[in-house]
Amino acid sequence: MIKIENVSKSFTLHNQGAAEIPVMQGASLRVAAGECVALVGASGAGKSTLMRMIYGNYLTASGRIMIGDIDVATAAPREIIQLRRYTLGYVSQFLRVVPRVSTLDVVAEPLLATGTAQAEATAKAQTLLARLNIPERLWSLSPTTFSGGEQQRVNIARGFAYPYPALLLDEPTASLDPTNRATVLAMISEAKARGAAIIGIFHDHAARDEICDRQLDVTGFTPGLAA
Amino acid sequence: MTPLLQVENIAKHYGARIGCTDVSFDLYPGEVMGIVGESGSGKSTLLNCLAGHLTPDHGAVRFDTRADGLRDTVTMSEPERRMLGRTDWAFVHQHARDGLRMNVSAGGNVGERLMAVNARHYGDIRASAIDWLGRVEITEDRIDDRPTAFSGGMQQRLQIARNLVTGPRLVFMDEPTGGLDVSVQARLLDLLRGLVREMNLSAIIVTHDLAVVRLLADRLMVMKDGHVIETGLTDQVLDDPQHAYTQLLVSSVLQV
Repeated sequence: MIKIENVSKSFTLHNQGAAEIPVMQGASLRVAAGECVALVGASGAGKSTLMRMIYGNYLTASGRIMIGDIDVATAAPREIIQLRRYTLGYVSQFLRVVPRVSTLDVVAEPLLATGTAQAEATAKAQTLLARLNIPERLWSLSPTTFSGGEQQRVNIARGFAYPYPALLLDEPTASLDPTNRATVLAMISEAKARGAAIIGIFHDHAARDEICDRQLDVTGFTPGLAA
Repeated sequence: MTPLLQVENIAKHYGARIGCTDVSFDLYPGEVMGIVGESGSGKSTLLNCLAGHLTPDHGAVRFDTRADGLRDTVTMSEPERRMLGRTDWAFVHQHARDGLRMNVSAGGNVGERLMAVNARHYGDIRASAIDWLGRVEITEDRIDDRPTAFSGGMQQRLQIARNLVTGPRLVFMDEPTGGLDVSVQARLLDLLRGLVREMNLSAIIVTHDLAVVRLLADRLMVMKDGHVIETGLTDQVLDDPQHAYTQLLVSSVLQV
């Protein structure tokens, strides 16, 4: 499902003396449907960078990033928008929403965007929020005022609302209590069972060992660090 | 898929000064494009050239008309262009008073655009007006009030209702949330997002507010000194800006 071949990237900081910083070189990775691969490596090694390149919010200098039959490295913005709507989900660490939109609508939005009827989308959102233990009295409020753990669970509910064939998870269990952590791990397992190809960053080692089939150390792709 | 709007090599000069130059892009149905840049970068000039308010010095703005497919709106006749402006196009001004008739009731403002496309039945027009005022969260009991009696945020929502009542396919917006306080802005952004999705609208939004484009626009175009210096997916341009000016722009935003 996901095929990454020999990708590289560098940042050019024009306003800081045009410093050019190579951050990724020769990265390759394949993830099959139903498989979960963990990206590992020290902080700054490029785990999040690779994740953002896959999602398309970082440009890729060379190489190919195939998600299904779309190459994210060369795709037009319009193709990436379609890809994100129907194929590639992303649960980031931070929730970014329009202020004053209710939690229920935030979670239902990916479903509405793919043409699901309002009633069905709302019902799915309710199920997910209940499963993730977000109290029902909060559903009509905007998640911007929620605690860190609650925001993260809203983010997860939103990311799992639509059954994407490919999923990127950035620290999905980071600030969760044991009960919710178990729920999220179960949801990831279910996504694998239905055939989703998953790439994740987990600092929670127990979770990583439980859920991931393989690990990939990105240190090998960091220019200057590779052996 | 045919693009809804095809812009090719638009240029507009003010004497020897460049308004905007070498602008080309395609916009597809359902797509929202943001244009950002500092004051004087040419973004409003460009928007006005696209919307037919200014005649570009050269270049083509082709629109996928319902009747004849792609037509160059720069060379089409004035009545045809005006007809587009009343039907398939909408223009939301920064200052609501530029887009509203201030001495006509709220209902009249919305109904007027319907009458311009030959709606004649008073009851139907009033019902549509009430429906649209409701969608932009203006209660029915305000329908006979003039916009002068409305707050800035309400005027802006009324302007949006007036523009969208005829079911346009392309909306031009010039700083639609400029000058509104942040809580009103948020509500307006949510409203616009919902309308874009429900009506499969395409929109071109000029703004200098990067937070607004991040939430509303799929794609982004960055302008400086009349030139387009960077384009791409909105979050890509904001998260991984390539051009020196864009990097400066993004890193200059104050964190709240």
